Parts: sequence; C-alpha cells; structure tokens
Amino acid sequence: MRIIDHPILEFNKGRPVRFTFEGRELVGHEGEPIAAALHAAGVRVLRVSPRLHRPRGFFCAIGNCSSCLMVVDGTPNVRVCAEPLHEGMRVERQEGHGEIR
Amino acid sequence: MNSVEIAVVGAGPAGLSAALAAARQGATVALIERDERLGGQLIKQTHKFFGSGRQEAGTRGFVIARRLAAAVEEEPGIEVRLASTVLGYYSDKVLYLETPDGLSRLRAERTIMATGAAERMLPFAGNDRPGVYGAGAVQTLMNVHGVRPGKRVLMVGAGNIGLIVSYQLLQARVEVAAVVEAAPFIGGYLVHAAKIRRAGVPILTGHSVKEAVGEREVQGAVVWRLDEKWHPLPGTEEPVDCDVICLATGLTPLSELMWQAGCKMVYLPELGGHVAWHDEDMRTTVEDVYVAGDSSGVEEASAAMVGGRLAGLCAAASLGHDRGVADKKAAAREELAALRAGPTGERIRTGLAGLRKAGGLG
Ligand SMILES: Cc1cc2nc3c(=O)[nH]c(=O)nc-3n(C[C@H](O)[C@H](O)[C@H](O)COP(=O)(O)OP(=O)(O)OC[C@H]3O[C@@H](n4cnc5c(N)ncnc54)[C@H](O)[C@@H]3O)c2cc1C
Ligand code: FES
Repeated sequence: MRIIDHPILEFNKGRPVRFTFEGRELVGHEGEPIAAALHAAGVRVLRVSPRLHRPRGFFCAIGNCSSCLMVVDGTPNVRVCAEPLHEGMRVERQEGHGEIR
Repeated sequence: MNSVEIAVVGAGPAGLSAALAAARQGATVALIERDERLGGQLIKQTHKFFGSGRQEAGTRGFVIARRLAAAVEEEPGIEVRLASTVLGYYSDKVLYLETPDGLSRLRAERTIMATGAAERMLPFAGNDRPGVYGAGAVQTLMNVHGVRPGKRVLMVGAGNIGLIVSYQLLQARVEVAAVVEAAPFIGGYLVHAAKIRRAGVPILTGHSVKEAVGEREVQGAVVWRLDEKWHPLPGTEEPVDCDVICLATGLTPLSELMWQAGCKMVYLPELGGHVAWHDEDMRTTVEDVYVAGDSSGVEEASAAMVGGRLAGLCAAASLGHDRGVADKKAAAREELAALRAGPTGERIRTGLAGLRKAGGLG
C-alpha cells in the first residue's frame, strides 16, 4: 500500500519502527500517524461501535470526527489518525467506549 | 498564565496569513495549531492553483503552504505552538489549550478563529463501514503519508474536490472505478473532468450510492440513478467493484469554538452551514473574536489567505497597530471581490448577502 515513486511528491519517512497490533508485530515509520501505519499493513477495522457493535475505520484522518478511536499502550479513545507512531507501541482495537484503567 | 495580543487558532492558509498580517503590523501573536505541522489542508494539495497571480495561481498547494510556513517561522512577532488544540474560549478573553505538556491557559486581547472545515457525510446503507473515507482523508493518507487508500475507488461527487482527488488517485496508481454525481451536471471545472475522462474514468451524473457492500469492510458498492428531483430510481441499481468509497460531497465550517464562545451563528447553506456572523472586518458579535477562512464560510484557499490577512490587519488595528491599515484593508477587500466575481463566485456572494441581511447584534 506504500507509494514508492510518485510523479510529484517525495515522502521523507521516519526510520522504521516496530509496534504491535492486537499482539501481532508490525512495522511502520517513526512519527507517521498510527492509522497510516495500520492502513499500510492492511488493517482497516480500528474499533467496534458501542451499541450495535459495528466495525469502524477512520473517516476524516485529521482529528475531526473521532471515528478512529483505539487503545494505545492501554489508554482508550486515542485518535490514531492524529497520533504519531513510536517504537514499541501497543495498539489494540477498541470495543465500545473503552475502559480507563 | 501567558498573555499575548492576538491568538490565531488554526494554521491553515487563513490562520498563517492572519498571523503574518497581524505581526507585520507590530502585534504579538500566538499561532496555535493542533496538528504537528503548519499548513492545514494545503499541505496535501499537489495540483496547481487557479486564481490570479497575486494568490499564487499556477503554484502547487503544498508549495504555497511551505512558503507561508517559512514566512511565519521567520517572523519574530509570532510564537508558533504546534500539537496544541484550543478547547474553549471564555468571556474574560482566556483560551484553554491542550498541549503536549498538558492543559494550559492563554489570555489574548483578540482571537482569530481559523479552524477550517469538516467533510460532510452522505446517508446510505453501510456508510459507517471501514473503507468509506472523506476526500480529505484520502488526500492526507496518500499525499502526506504516502499510503494508498486502497486498490480501486468509487468517488462520490464531481465538484472540484472529487475531480482533483480522482486525478491524484490515478497519479498514485490507484484505480478509480467511476465518479458518481447526484446533480445532472458536473460541478467542478471541466479541465479537471476532461483529464480523468481521458484516463478512462466514467463520470456518471444523475447517480448516487445506494449502499456499501461488505460484511466488515467495503468490498464493493451499489450505485443507482436519480431523477431530476434527486429521488432514486429503483430498478436502476448497478454493482461497482471497489474497496474504497470516497466522499467528496462538500465541507461544513468547523464552528464549535464559535458556538461555544457565544458568537451569533447564522445558517447559510451557500457558505456550507452554520457560520459566526461577522462584519466586513471579520469581527463576530463577540467583540474580541474574529473569524477567517473556511470556518467563516467554505470557499477556497485563495480566499482563505486574503480573508485571513484582512482579519489579521483588522484585529491588529483594533489594538492600535493601525499603520497604513486603511489602504491595506481596501486592497484585501478588492482582492476578495475579484476572487468572488463571475459565475463561480455567485454562491459565495449569495451567502454573504444572507449574512449581511441577518444583521449583527439583536
Ligand atoms: C480535498 C480538497 C481539495 C481542495 N482543493 C482546493 C483547490 O484546488 N484550490 C483551492 O483554492 N482550495 C482547495 N481546497 C480548499 C482549501 O484547502 C481550503 O479552502 C483551505 O485550506 C481553507 O483554509 P483554512 O485556513 O480556512 O482551513 P484549513 O486549511 O482547514 O486549516 C485549519 C487549521 O485549523 C486547525 N484547527 C482546527 N481546529 C483547531 C483547534 N481547536 N485548535 C487548534 N487548531 C485547530 C486544523 O488542524 C487546520 O490545520 C481543497 C480542500 C480539500 C479538502
Ligand atoms: S478519522 Fe476522524 S478523528 Fe481520526
């Protein structure tokens, strides 16, 4: 899913970093939004809605709509479209409202 | 608590221009942006701009953003605060900020809200499925982060955004199955339409999406024809092979902060929805609050830059930084009028007339 050569743009990505999604190890780039790294790895379902348990992904990708809430390092309700990825992050699908521990 | 003469909320083309204009008048400015970088929506626009030379026609959007950002960074009167979100505005002129270091407060004699716009959702079955994305999201993913949104996209909306993003998808080697448009005609510029048609993408006017197909994620779509009144015609359904449905069905001003600040709000469909009433100086009914850019009425980036400059000038002038301001204001107003002239500006002119009619106080 990554664009390697583009007619106009150049992408200066951060260094590759490892993180986990639902316990599975994935690789992304330091500083890119978590949602971009997940999408590049083919992950589109980010959470499950509270009432009707419907799968949800991102929608706006700029932090406006809260469609992309996930549990990151144990903290729920993180908007992963705007949250930068770092080495070793633990990313999990959020079920419903998430629990604050 | 820190204080500043002018706080600018949002660093898109409007906010950047407002901050520059105010600082160049001699005001101290804090420019607050929730994103990690300056530029707003402009950073993902790879196409060249229309408009007159004064508003950088012929220059790619992200290049304009870079230039404005560089000018702001060189301006000693502007303090930039990135990764900081304004959560609220209080009547004692205090802004509440969420920053990387936690919550903080800022007192500002004047505040210019330049928060931009949000994408509109379209009602259809399965519109909450992962794979239904706003056009801005597709652009962000692809043009800022270098990730393809999918393999094959159904574009909904043939206004400029829908057409431009379709072309950008093709540039990134993503297939575009079709562009569907509810209206019986193409809303965007025909040069953009011609480009994607030449690439073999059909533009289906008088069509809309009936539903997204797929249990967990988008695995296709069904489109159908609409009559002149935009009512769907059952029996005309056709499947579309795609894994992304991209909505380019319009923007609506991001005006929560204006509501919360207590500005008088006016509903004007031509400007995209609810906007804070403002006078010709971009001042709202809350005296110390100004607005600019898409959040004051959805238009486009050139108008956002000029409107931002006008708001910056007027806010600075109201604090006594009024050196040569009359001429500069007149020049900005003239540029705005030129941008809004002709048939393409009609919608905005109608919206602004509605705003004037709504009246400020009372
Ligand atoms: C897909 C697409 C294609 C487009 N193509 C064109 C084109 O070809 N030509 C053209 O002229 N225009 C185009 N536009 C429109 C143009 O991008 C916008 O009109 C312009 O960017 C508006 O500028 P702005 O400064 O008002 O808002 P924005 O650029 O949206 O900037 C607003 C900024 O405010 C920040 N913000 C919001 N809320 C807060 C808060 N509470 N605290 C802190 N920061 C906040 C946001 O993060 C953002 O950076 C396009 C738009 C889109 C979405
Ligand atoms: S996708 Fe809208 S907030 Fe993340």
